[in-house]
Parts: sequence; structure tokens; C-alpha cells
Amino acid sequence: MTDAFTKSEMMIVAAARELAGQRVCFVGVGLPNIAVNLAKRTVAPDLELVYEAGVFGSRPARLPLSIGDPTIVTGATAVTSMFELFAFYLQRGLIDVGFLGAAQIDRFGNINTTVIGDDYERPTTRLPGSGGACEIAINARQVFVIMRQSARSFVERIDFRTSPGNPGGGADAARRRRDQGWNGSGPTVIVTDLGIYHFDERGEMRLDSLHPDATIEHVRQTVGWKMAVAPELRTTPPPTAEELRLIRVELDPGGVYSR
Amino acid sequence: MTTPKVTSMHDAIAELVRDGDTVAIEGFTHLICFAAGHEIIRQRKRDLTLARLTPDLIYDQMVAAGVARKLIFSWLGNPGVGGLHAIRRRIETEELARSGETPLELEEYSHFGMVGRYTAGAARLPFFPLRSYFETDLPRANPLIRLVESPYGDGPVYAVPPLRPDVTIVHAQRADAGGNTQVWGLLGCQKEAAFAAERVVVVVEELVDESVIRADPNRTIIPGLIVDAVVVEPWGAHPSYVQGAYDRDNRFYLDWDPISRDQAASAAWLDEWVHGLDGRAAYLEKLGADRIASLRPGPAPSGQVDYGAYR
Repeated sequence: MTDAFTKSEMMIVAAARELAGQRVCFVGVGLPNIAVNLAKRTVAPDLELVYEAGVFGSRPARLPLSIGDPTIVTGATAVTSMFELFAFYLQRGLIDVGFLGAAQIDRFGNINTTVIGDDYERPTTRLPGSGGACEIAINARQVFVIMRQSARSFVERIDFRTSPGNPGGGADAARRRRDQGWNGSGPTVIVTDLGIYHFDERGEMRLDSLHPDATIEHVRQTVGWKMAVAPELRTTPPPTAEELRLIRVELDPGGVYSR
Repeated sequence: MTTPKVTSMHDAIAELVRDGDTVAIEGFTHLICFAAGHEIIRQRKRDLTLARLTPDLIYDQMVAAGVARKLIFSWLGNPGVGGLHAIRRRIETEELARSGETPLELEEYSHFGMVGRYTAGAARLPFFPLRSYFETDLPRANPLIRLVESPYGDGPVYAVPPLRPDVTIVHAQRADAGGNTQVWGLLGCQKEAAFAAERVVVVVEELVDESVIRADPNRTIIPGLIVDAVVVEPWGAHPSYVQGAYDRDNRFYLDWDPISRDQAASAAWLDEWVHGLDGRAAYLEKLGADRIASLRPGPAPSGQVDYGAYR
């Protein structure tokens, strides 16, 4: 059981491990939800789960099917209006980590979830839009992104900037954040099916760890710019038997997101 | 004692929703009033501006039925499943070229922006300030999102305008005949959307005596003072859910995906499940007792608090 695992399981496990030491986490549905619940059972037992629907200290008893599943309410510490959640928890600066997904991402971690195509009004593909992502990117202390990697998603230029990353690069982004009064320090971790990325002093994504079986060549083929690679590139340790048991038995027994 | 406001869904929609109105059927994944949306379709209302954070299946169905001219929203998707295809058909360039349909007007925000709009609308403020939208393309896509300087000299914030729907429709666990409404579980922004509106329709699972409301006043989110009509429509939020009463019918959300991808299939669905039925009771009968029974949760009652008798 330990030697065979899916790419999604590796993503979930890698994202969960990155949550070590964190306290308050804004959760999304799907992969982030499983990653956060796995972290709570392994590296971050004190993690408080916050859902944008208006729940603090959630303890979901089943895998939530949507961002507002009734299981996130029953047994929670607090249910709030969405106004309170966004104003008093997020904009107040209480969220340590926000999880985001992305249809397109660039080297600075700027994210598009709005449209594919050059014309906002008449797009080729209409995506869901911001939801809470734009304000999470600005006001969560750190942003984690979890997404599958492809040449269509890791692009030189995104079609629409829904959620800011490190606009203008490292020093410039830090100055803009300060001037504009953000709580956040921008994206810090990107976990994909191929590896783990952090951001260097230029505010650019850097490959720090390659998952087992992934290759640098494959990474380069699926990135639309010249990706920076850490001088001491690591190999992500594979999922442990216990991590896989938690995912398969407790968190996603149907394999909806992890297969 | 307040005036009884209990009426039928047919009469509430006929009297309170008018062609050209801005209508908000709120409820964040929880308590989405599909019964009211279907009645609006059945009565063939036209040129509506539909406001909602998450248009969800109900607005996809309403757009497919041709009642809407414009959407005001912050997240456009079938939650946990995928896209909203009837709406996308009225936005995406190839789909529009193929169908020749009129494009849907869009006014797009983030969740906090929409919540802020209702809040400003409810409090009769000229705008709501928020620390969102910095370094994004959203203000360019929607010029109503504007950068302003703090009057106290501590930097820029974005502003969104108040949203004051002509009609807000909310679903709730219970209300009394006067419209005093109680909700538990996710609260979304129903309170803000109701206070922001000109007219308010409350649709409930259960009509209760005023004494039930008065026994637990902390649970009241909307006072009858601002409510125009109370409609008693059990299961009126199906296929979304009502905390403690029924679960989301996820099969319905999955089934809508292929139906909504096909214009003819969507029209056939609307004929069969909306135009072909005279109301919610017929809808439930068609859905079947087994399907309904499968959605009931087990019990998880709250503890009780003592408000104290002060004489």
C-alpha cells in the first residue's frame, strides 16, 4: 500500500505537510479540504478550519460536497454571517493560510479564475470568477495554491488577474502591499502533481521539491516561462502508510478527489 | 399582534415580482428557494436583473427559461460539480455566435464585495469600503468598483455601491404569520439582502406560532416589520438543503450538468418540472417519497439556553 499512490494523493500529502505549525486556515472544497483535514490529523492538530460560508472551528464529519455543506456547521465552534466572516475574521487579519485554486497562474503567483480569452465581455471560456479568492489573496497572511500543472495553466501571461500574487516582483510587491494595507504577504506555497514551489526574493516561483517519478524535463514542458529551480532540489518524500490510510479510509473513502 | 401575511407562492410572486425588477434570491448553498425561482419561471416574468453571490442551479434554470436580462454575482458555478452551462451559453463568444441569443449583461464582484453591497443597501449608505481588488483586473471589468482615499488620510480602499433589490426572497426554517423569521445553520447574507430590499418574501418550511419565535429571539434574523409575504412551502429549497430538515440532493446537481449543456434538454426539463406542474406539492409528488426520505439527516439538537423571566 505504501509504494502505490496516485498523483492526487501526493499533492494532498505534500500540501498537508506544508501546513505544519499553522493555526487558522481558510479552506476550499475538494483537494484543499482533504489536505487541511489530513494536516489536522497529522502535522497540525490545533488547526482551526474556517469556511467562507461563515463557519469558524469546523469539524466536518464527512467530506463536504460543496463549500457550504451542512456537515461543516454541525459541531462547529461558531457560525457567522458572511459579513462577519469576511470583515472580522479575514480582513481583521485572523487567517494564517488561505487555500486557492487556479485555472491560470504566472511566475509571480498571480491567479486567473475569471475568463479564458482576451475579451472579458466575450470570452472563449467563462470561469466561475473570484468568489472569495480575491480578498483571500490580499488578506490571508499566506496563500497556498494547489492545482494540477500543465502548459495551459502555468503561463507566461494570464488572461485576467482575479487574485494578486507578487505584482511587479518581490520588492515592488512588498511595497504595494504595505502602501495598500494588505494583511497578506502573498503566495508562499504552490503544490502541484509534479512538485512543490516556493517564492524567491524576486517574488518568482521556484521549484524546491520534485515528487517521486516526476522529472525536471516534464516540469519544464508544462511551464510557459523559464522556471527557476532550487540549487539543492529535493525529492518529496512519498506518502506514508498512515497518510494514505487517513485519505483512503477517513477523508475520501469514495476517492472523489484523491484517485 | 402583527397582520397575517401568509399567502400562496403563486400570489406572492404575482403581486410582488414585476417585469424588469432586480430580484435577489439569496442563501449561500443553504436555503436556496428553488420553489420561488420556479414560480417566477412559471409566471413567465421578463427582463429581470438577478442578484446573488452564487447564481447556482436556480439562476441557471431561470436564465435558461428566459426570465433574466442581467446577472449581478460573485461566483458562477455548479458547486462541487462544474459550470453553469445555460448562463455560459449567453456569455461565451462561440456559443453566442452559434445560438444568436442576446448576451447576458454581467456585473461582477467578489463575495465580500457583494456582501458589502447588500450591507450598504440595508444601511442606506452611499458605498461600502473594503480592502479587496488591489492589483486585480476586477475594477477594470466592473467600473462600479472604485478606488477611494480614506478621509482620515490612511491610504486607499476600494468602494462598492449599495445594492437595493426590488424584491429579496429568502427561504427559512420557520416564521410566524407576521413574517418574523428564524434561521439556523449557514446565515449567508440573507439578513443584509432582506433589509436592503424594497419588498421581502419569506418562504418557510414551517409556520409557527408567535410564541415559538418569542421563546428564542436570538434566532430571529428578519423581523416581520420588513416582510411583505410569508409562503409556507416545505421542501421549497430542494435540491439545496435546509439545516436539520434535509440534505442537499447531490444527484440533482450532478444530473443538471448534462441537461444544462444542451439547450433542448434544458427546455424539456423546464417543461416537465416547472411549466408542467402547478406548484411545489406536485413537484414533490413527482420527485417521489423515497428520494425525499433519503435526504433526511439524523438528529443533532442544540442545547437549550435560559433567557430568564424578568417581571
